[in-house]
Amino acid sequence: MVTHGSVGSRLSKILTQRCDVLINVPVLKDHDGAGVTIALKNMYGVIHNPNKYHPNGCNPYIADLNMLPEIRTKMRLTICDATTASYEGGPGYKPEYTWKNNALIVSQDPVALDYTGWQIIERKRAEKGLKTLEGDGRAPHYIATAADAKHRLGSNDPRRIAVVDV
Amino acid sequence: MARELDAREGQSPAVHGERGPLSCALDRRSFLQCALASGAALGACEFAQLLAPIPSWAGPQKQDDSRFTVEAKFYQKLPNKKIKCKLCPRECTVGDRERGYCGVRENHGGTYYTLVHSRVCAVHIDPIEKKPLFHYLPGTLAFSLATAGCNVNCKFCQNWDISQVRPEQVPADYAPPKLVAELAKQHNCPTIAYTYSEPVVFSEYLMDAADAGHEAGIRSVVVSNGYMQEESLKTAYGKMDAVKIDLKAFTESYYKDVVVGELKPVLDSLVTLRKMNKWTEIVYLVVPTLNDSDAEFGGLARWIKTNLGVDVPVHFTQFHPEYLLKNLPITPVPTLERAKAIADAEGLHYVYIGNVPGHPAQNTYCPKCHRMLVERVGFTASRMLIRKGSCPFCQEPIPGVWHA
Repeated sequence: MVTHGSVGSRLSKILTQRCDVLINVPVLKDHDGAGVTIALKNMYGVIHNPNKYHPNGCNPYIADLNMLPEIRTKMRLTICDATTASYEGGPGYKPEYTWKNNALIVSQDPVALDYTGWQIIERKRAEKGLKTLEGDGRAPHYIATAADAKHRLGSNDPRRIAVVDV
Repeated sequence: MARELDAREGQSPAVHGERGPLSCALDRRSFLQCALASGAALGACEFAQLLAPIPSWAGPQKQDDSRFTVEAKFYQKLPNKKIKCKLCPRECTVGDRERGYCGVRENHGGTYYTLVHSRVCAVHIDPIEKKPLFHYLPGTLAFSLATAGCNVNCKFCQNWDISQVRPEQVPADYAPPKLVAELAKQHNCPTIAYTYSEPVVFSEYLMDAADAGHEAGIRSVVVSNGYMQEESLKTAYGKMDAVKIDLKAFTESYYKDVVVGELKPVLDSLVTLRKMNKWTEIVYLVVPTLNDSDAEFGGLARWIKTNLGVDVPVHFTQFHPEYLLKNLPITPVPTLERAKAIADAEGLHYVYIGNVPGHPAQNTYCPKCHRMLVERVGFTASRMLIRKGSCPFCQEPIPGVWHA
């Protein structure tokens, strides 16, 4: 059992005992509670009780969870699978709300990656004539929490994020 | 959750073989391990021997056994294969292949299922005083069981290793309602108690087990947080013979920050139980600095007096640091005595102090002549003087269910 703020969880032994380094490989998806699920929320997969962390758009649970030393110190890189991404109806797979985005998004900063992925999803939503996530009552506020002075897990400031297409 | 009730005995509260004398799930191997590890007081071996010849006991079960999965009773279907759960005030909206907050209910293609029907992860034979129910069949045993899961997440939970996990994360076995009734009867338990974790989340099982129990002449009692919708409360707890509700605090802020729930629905549940005429006792776990002010004790006592009456037993119980609240000390006994003094002064008739062995406020006294009527030592009633529901000295009626 490890704790930080709102979070108290048991961690997978794969993370705590077998691995020195965690490379996070999430999918770029819409999420009915959190708004989006990309790098930071993917860590719900290493704990025993993710069901307890969905109230209030998963905020501040996502940020608090990523503060656990076992996660924070081991996660060195995120490679987001954005080849097929979803812009609505997530997190479950709904073929009608996915598109072939044909991209990988790679960053050492999971907050910057989530912010960037969020913007990609918002652009696709606008293209499809859907409301913004804010307008839908589910803006991913957890991203700002992860970047705040209490967490400092990365940057959500677009002026400090360089998106490099390769 | 069963937190308070277990705060003292809860040093070896509930669950797995190595944890306590009766801490075993219903499979033979666990029972044997348990007995070997603890020298089981009631005898896990004896338990296992009793189980084996029972035809309905099918032996150890796989965790993916489909018999655990039964359609849920309280939910509403929504478009796009989603559902809205109507069991507790949380009203989780759950997409296909997802689970609700409790972690024990899952949406399969737009139909919601409980995953914990007959999936018992803890079973003990406890004195009913341990629930605690003090005015209900004192001196008797309760066949006490739990499944995994809970609809809140109290930072002080003592049984978090069963309440805050999903069913597949804890050893469990198949204990269908008839088997439970049969075992309760064999062990001379006049009641089945649904306890330890949070029975709200296994309502379907509890209802079926209560029916099987009643057919066999066994009553049912539930130990619950009362965080339910009115409809599910009436339907599920309508089948109970007595109820113990953990009223965890008297402020919404505590419910939000410490419990991850809400106070108002719990108060509503208490009022509903009163209207249903269910024998109900209240436990208030006193946590130092978080819910121990005079104002809270006074507000609580006045609310109970106004809404439920002065005869509802109220147990102020001692907190022990556990789970996510290890930074606070054990509740000082004078704090509990202050709570009792305030509630007494408000006019409540039966105010107890719990988890403090040997404290005189564990006993029941006649509100009129003040003589001791039930003496309790540990979790057993050592003297029981109430006759025909009245004080033998002054004939004052003492509310409760005193005789089978």
